[in-house]
Amino acid sequence: MNSPYSDKVLEYFQNPKNVGELENPDGIAKEGSPACGDMVQLHLKVDEKQKTITDIKFRSYGCASNIATGSIITEMAKGRSIEEAKNITWQQAADELGGLPAVKNHCSVLAVDALKEAIRDYEEKHGLVKEQVPTTIEVIKERLKHVMNPIHGLDVLKTNLIENIELKDKIITVTVDLAEDHQFAPVVKEDIKEKLEHRWDIEDVIVKYRE
Amino acid sequence: MNNKNNMIYLDNSAVTRLDEKVLEAMKPYFFDTYAVATSEFAYTMGIQAKEALENAREVIANSLRANSDEIVFTSGATESNNLALKGIMYNQKDKGHLIVSELEDFSVLNTAKNLEKEGYDVSYISVDSKGKLDLDELKNAVREDTVLVSIQHANQEIGTVQNIEEIAKFLDGKDIIFHTDATHSFKRIEIDVTNIPVDLITISAHTIHGPRGIGALYKRKNIKLKKIMDGGFQENNLRAGIENIPAAVGFAKAVELVTKEENKKIKKLRDLLIKEVEEQIEDVTLNGSRTDRIPQNANITFHYVEGESITLHLDMRGFAVSTGSACFSKSLEASHVILGIGGDHERAHGSIRFTFSRYNTEDDVNKVVEAVKDVVTNLREISPLGKKGSD
Repeated sequence: MNSPYSDKVLEYFQNPKNVGELENPDGIAKEGSPACGDMVQLHLKVDEKQKTITDIKFRSYGCASNIATGSIITEMAKGRSIEEAKNITWQQAADELGGLPAVKNHCSVLAVDALKEAIRDYEEKHGLVKEQVPTTIEVIKERLKHVMNPIHGLDVLKTNLIENIELKDKIITVTVDLAEDHQFAPVVKEDIKEKLEHRWDIEDVIVKYRE
Repeated sequence: MNNKNNMIYLDNSAVTRLDEKVLEAMKPYFFDTYAVATSEFAYTMGIQAKEALENAREVIANSLRANSDEIVFTSGATESNNLALKGIMYNQKDKGHLIVSELEDFSVLNTAKNLEKEGYDVSYISVDSKGKLDLDELKNAVREDTVLVSIQHANQEIGTVQNIEEIAKFLDGKDIIFHTDATHSFKRIEIDVTNIPVDLITISAHTIHGPRGIGALYKRKNIKLKKIMDGGFQENNLRAGIENIPAAVGFAKAVELVTKEENKKIKKLRDLLIKEVEEQIEDVTLNGSRTDRIPQNANITFHYVEGESITLHLDMRGFAVSTGSACFSKSLEASHVILGIGGDHERAHGSIRFTFSRYNTEDDVNKVVEAVKDVVTNLREISPLGKKGSD
């Protein structure tokens, strides 16, 4: 039986490219968490006139597919315009790596999310976001797509982990379908809060568990 | 090294390499005396097979200072644990109460969970940061309808040894049955049933260079069990199915081959590994107890890095180890043992288990420490966590 990883994944796992940080990055992102077992950090430099990614570095805490995807995504994004880079998909990254084991989906999707987030960060910091979008249930759902359900390795919405979302008086209340003493309960809570707390028009984020 | 894969194998709590002497002892029961065990009134080959089975039973019984008729052969530790828990609980008139620890192997834990679904009451006793059972919690959990307490002797991942003598003595005279899963301590730490009033013990051949697919359940004479698999009347009508005589003979041989000297040697290698890792690598945590620990086990968390990456790098360099990381497991859940001792997820994801055997040498230890140091250093270079990271 062969390794579940392609030769290219193993090659990037052993010799990842573009590892590190950038001084005064134009955009940064950190997706995942040590608690989930996977994390990717990205730093971008963007040419202001051309709006192209001139330099990109990553760091990864995670398994082989996480490290390999982190590395390939930096190579795929470098030199591209931010509009092009935004549209890089997990499937393209996976194809570039000669395939990824399905069970490792969540470890590798983080790098793709991190790239999108780093670009968003750049755009926000450089006033490229036209107007501040007010928080709505739809916006919350969009943000929650970046929270992983560690049980399945897919996002919490897709896996029906979110029972209810309430938005009232600048306070978001999210109810998750997990018992309070579940091994992943604190991790999911932390992740949800982290994704929503910093919104400009939100004062507090409350995460409730299954009764 | 002792294998053609040229691997330095340090996953001996998963399974051990078969000893050639064990194989030699088993061979005649595949090729010459291959009959099933029959009564003394049947044909000669069956009688000889029966004799071999009973001799094996006696050797295994003696190793626990038990009587031969207190040993039930099974297909391994998982079956022994199932037989102990279900066999006792199903034998009760009313659905009673069962107590287990939260660090048990899945064959106990998932059996307990299924019994719970069937309407039995189960209490899960917690452990401290070293994996030692909270004895007071156990004492308080005991109720009038408590039927069975099942507490492992030594932990499969972190190697912590429980004081089964104290538990057994507390339960003795209370009309509560005590089972211990000794899969990982058997022949590494002495168990004497004439001293310790334990009623049921799970043991297995696969951890002591015996064949896999055979284990046993020690069952004190007066304890009544309900058969959990229907069929013939083998094993005193407690375990149906033709006896695995070659494996039983191999199991007995394996039992005979483990010596005190070997256990001392293994412990020395283990201690050397812990010492060298702690001296040479920063930010490591030894999981489990420093003193109450089976001799073959070391379990260490390398902070800021993830375990599957460590095992994969080590595999590429010719070492076999295992990890408590979620990425490594089929369930994608982090080790319940590391979480049970109060470790956070990061500690579980970065934990590596090294388990030693008869075939390991000091050279193996030196080589693996050097490799681990290099691998961990490289992975920490990539990691966003830790000192140089922005966290």
